[in-house]
Amino acid sequence: MTQMNMLQAINNALDIAMAANDRVVCFGEDVGIFGGVFRATSHLQEKYGRARCFNTPLVEQGIIGFANGLAAQGSTPIAEIQFADYIFPAFDQIVNETAKFRYRSGNLFNVGSLTIRTPYGGGISGGLYHSQSPEAYFAHTPGLKVVVPRNPHQTKGLLLAAIRDPDPVLFFEPKRLYRASTGDVPDSDYQLPLGEAEVIKEGRDITLLGWGAQMEVLQQAAELAEKAGISCELIDLRTILPWDVASVERSVLKTGRLLISHEAPLTGGFAGEIAATMQERCFLYLESPIVRVTGLDTPFPLALEKEYLPDALKIFEAIKRSVEF
Amino acid sequence: MTTTPGSAVHSPTFMNGDEFTIPTFMLLAQEGTLYDGAKAPDIDRETARRIYQTMIFTRVLDERMMAAQRQGRLSFYMQCTGEEAAIIGSTAALDDADMIMAQYREQGALAYRGFSCEEFMNQLFGNELDYGKGRQMPVHYGSAKLNYMTISSPLATQIPQAAGYAYGQKLAGEGRCTITYFGEGAASEGDFHAALNMAAVHQVPVIFFCRNNGYAISTPASEQFAADGIAPRAFGYKMRVIRVDGNDLLAVYAATREARRIAVELNQPVLIEAMTYRLAAHSSSDDPSGYRSKKEEEAWREKDPILRMQRWMISQQWWSEAEEKALQEALRREVLETMKRAEKRPPPSLDSLVTDVYHDVPPVLARQLEHLKAHIRRYPEHYPRGARSLETQRTTGGEEA
Ligand SMILES: Cc1ncc(C[n+]2csc(CCOP(=O)(O)OP(=O)(O)O)c2C)c(N)n1
Repeated sequence: MTQMNMLQAINNALDIAMAANDRVVCFGEDVGIFGGVFRATSHLQEKYGRARCFNTPLVEQGIIGFANGLAAQGSTPIAEIQFADYIFPAFDQIVNETAKFRYRSGNLFNVGSLTIRTPYGGGISGGLYHSQSPEAYFAHTPGLKVVVPRNPHQTKGLLLAAIRDPDPVLFFEPKRLYRASTGDVPDSDYQLPLGEAEVIKEGRDITLLGWGAQMEVLQQAAELAEKAGISCELIDLRTILPWDVASVERSVLKTGRLLISHEAPLTGGFAGEIAATMQERCFLYLESPIVRVTGLDTPFPLALEKEYLPDALKIFEAIKRSVEF
Repeated sequence: MTTTPGSAVHSPTFMNGDEFTIPTFMLLAQEGTLYDGAKAPDIDRETARRIYQTMIFTRVLDERMMAAQRQGRLSFYMQCTGEEAAIIGSTAALDDADMIMAQYREQGALAYRGFSCEEFMNQLFGNELDYGKGRQMPVHYGSAKLNYMTISSPLATQIPQAAGYAYGQKLAGEGRCTITYFGEGAASEGDFHAALNMAAVHQVPVIFFCRNNGYAISTPASEQFAADGIAPRAFGYKMRVIRVDGNDLLAVYAATREARRIAVELNQPVLIEAMTYRLAAHSSSDDPSGYRSKKEEEAWREKDPILRMQRWMISQQWWSEAEEKALQEALRREVLETMKRAEKRPPPSLDSLVTDVYHDVPPVLARQLEHLKAHIRRYPEHYPRGARSLETQRTTGGEEA
C-alpha cells in the first residue's frame, strides 16, 4: 500500500501497464518530457523512451486518428486529450471511427486496445472551456465504453482494466480531485471490473446515484440527510456505458426512491437515461418521482460557478423533497 | 481539368521542399539601427509613440497581473512578454475598422485599439462590468466597439472563422480585412489547414498571422512540425507568405502594411510567420524550468523587442529616458489603482447565469433560475456572490453603456 493522490495513481497504472506490455504507448499534447500539464505521465518518457511516450503536435483529431490506426495494428495506445473540453475536434474520429471499427468490418478489424484519458469537470474556476462533463455525448454512441473514477484506489484499478479491456474506453478523470483526493493504493497490478456499479453505503430511504467527482458531493449530502434522520444508499455508477442497470434496480426496489446527480446540464444528461430506465423497471415500487440534481441548461459559467454546480445543499434539499413527497 | 501542370520527368523524382528556404525579413537591428540597405517603413512620430507606449503598457500590465496572480488575487493570467513587437506592430499596420480574431496572447492588439486599463481589469476579475459577464477565464477579452472578437479557448477555431468573416467583408465591399492571430502550436489543428484552403480558394481578404514563439506549453517547435516552420505551408494552398523577425517592430509593421494592401486591394489571403520567443511561462499555471534552459531564455532576453524599439525611438528623438520613467510610473500606479477598484466590484447578477444562452431566455431556463433563487434565499450565507445580487438586482454593464 502507498498513500497516493489520483494523479500518482494514474501515473502508477500507466507505469505498470507499460512495464507489463511493451506494445503500450502513451502520447498526447505535452505528455513527453514535461509529463503532461497535470503531470499524469511524469517520468514515463525517461523510463520507456521517446518511442513509447511522446508529445504530439497540437491536433486532437490527429491524436485520436493516429491512435485508432495504432490500435488497429495491434498496439495498445493510451491517448491523452489535455482537457475533455478539447475532445470535440476528435469527435468524428471517436464517434464514427473508434466506436464503429469492429461493427463495420464484421470484426475483421477493431481498435479495442485503445484507451482515451481526459480530465473533465468543474469546480476549478475554469469557466466554460475547462469545466465540461461531456460523458452523455459519448454514452449515446454504441461501441464505446465510458468510465469515470472517483478516488485513487479506484482510478488505478479501473484504468488498468480499461487499458486491457477488449473494447475502446473513454476514461474521464475528475480533475478537481487530481490532487485533492488521496488514499491508500495497493502497489500490485490489480483491476476493478468495468460495467459494474459499487454500493458505497447501504441505506433504506433513498438511493443516491452519481459518478466521479460528484460522489464526494453526494457523500456530504448523505451525511446531512442522516443527521435529519434520512437513511441514504449511496451508489457509484463507475461505468457510464454500458451501465449497471441491475445494481441500480436492486437498490431502487429496496429504497423506493432515486436521486441522480451530475455536473453536466439537465437536458439530455445521462441522468435522464437512468431515470427513464428505472421508472420502466421499478414503477410500482417508486414512492416519489425520480429526482435529478444537475448543472443548469447553460454553458458552464465562471464567476457564479458555485451557484451553478449541484452541491451538497442542493442535493440535501432534493432528498428532503423526495422523502416528503 | 488538371490544376497542377508541371514539367515532365522520366525517372522517379521526389521533392521535399529543401530547395526552398524562406528568408526572414528584418529591418531593425538590436542596437536600434537599421540594417545596411534596409529602409524604415513610413511611420510617423505619433504612430510610433502610440505603438511604443502600448508596448510599455502591456509589459507593466503583465508584470503586475502575474504578481497579482501569485498573491492569489487573480485566478489565472497569460503574458505576451517578448512578443510585443509581433502583436502590436501588426495591429498598428491595420485600419482600426479591420477585424481582429486573436488566440489569447494578444492583449497588445486590444490595448493599441484603445481598450482601457479598467476594461482589462473588469474582464480579468469577471465583475459586473465585464463585457463577457464573468463567464470566461481571465484574458478572454472581447470588444465589439474595437473590432476585437471575443476570445474562445478551443485553439484554432478562430482561424477558419476569420476566413469567413473576411469573405463577408469582401461581399459587403467595405474595403476592410480581418487578421487572425495564432501560435505555431495551434497551426497544427485541422482548423488551420481548412482555413487556409478556404481562404485561398475563395480569394478572401484575410491575414493569417502566426506567432511562432518556439513553444506550445512545453512542446518545442521541433516536436510540433518537421518542416521549415509554418510559412512553407502557404505554397501548398497557393497563398502569399512572408516570414518576418517578430521582435523587429519596423519589419512587422512594414510586412503587415503590405499584407493588408494585398488583402484589401487584391482580395487575397496572406500568411505571415513572425519568428519570436515566448519569454514568460505559457501561463500562470506553467513552470518552464521543467522543459527549457535559463540559458536559452537569456539569449532571447537579449533580443528584447521593446529595448530594440526604444533605442530606435531615442535615436529618432521621439522618446527620452525621462519620458520612459514617467510613463512607467504612471502606468504602474494606474494598473494598481484600477485593479483595486475592479476586484471590489461585485460579480454579475444571478440572472446572467441564464441570459445569452439563447436570444430569449427559454421557459425551462427561467424555471431553473427561479428554483436556484429560491434555494439561495434559503441558504444565502452559502452562496455569498449570488445572494448579493438577490438583494440589489444590479444590471450588468453593456459595452456601449
Ligand atoms: C483545441 C485545444 N486543445 C488544447 C488546448 C490546451 N492548450 C491551451 S494553450 C496550448 C498551447 C498553445 O500553443 P501555441 O498555439 O503555440 O500558442 P502560444 O501559447 O505559444 O502563444 C494548449 C495545448 C486548447 N486550448 N484547445
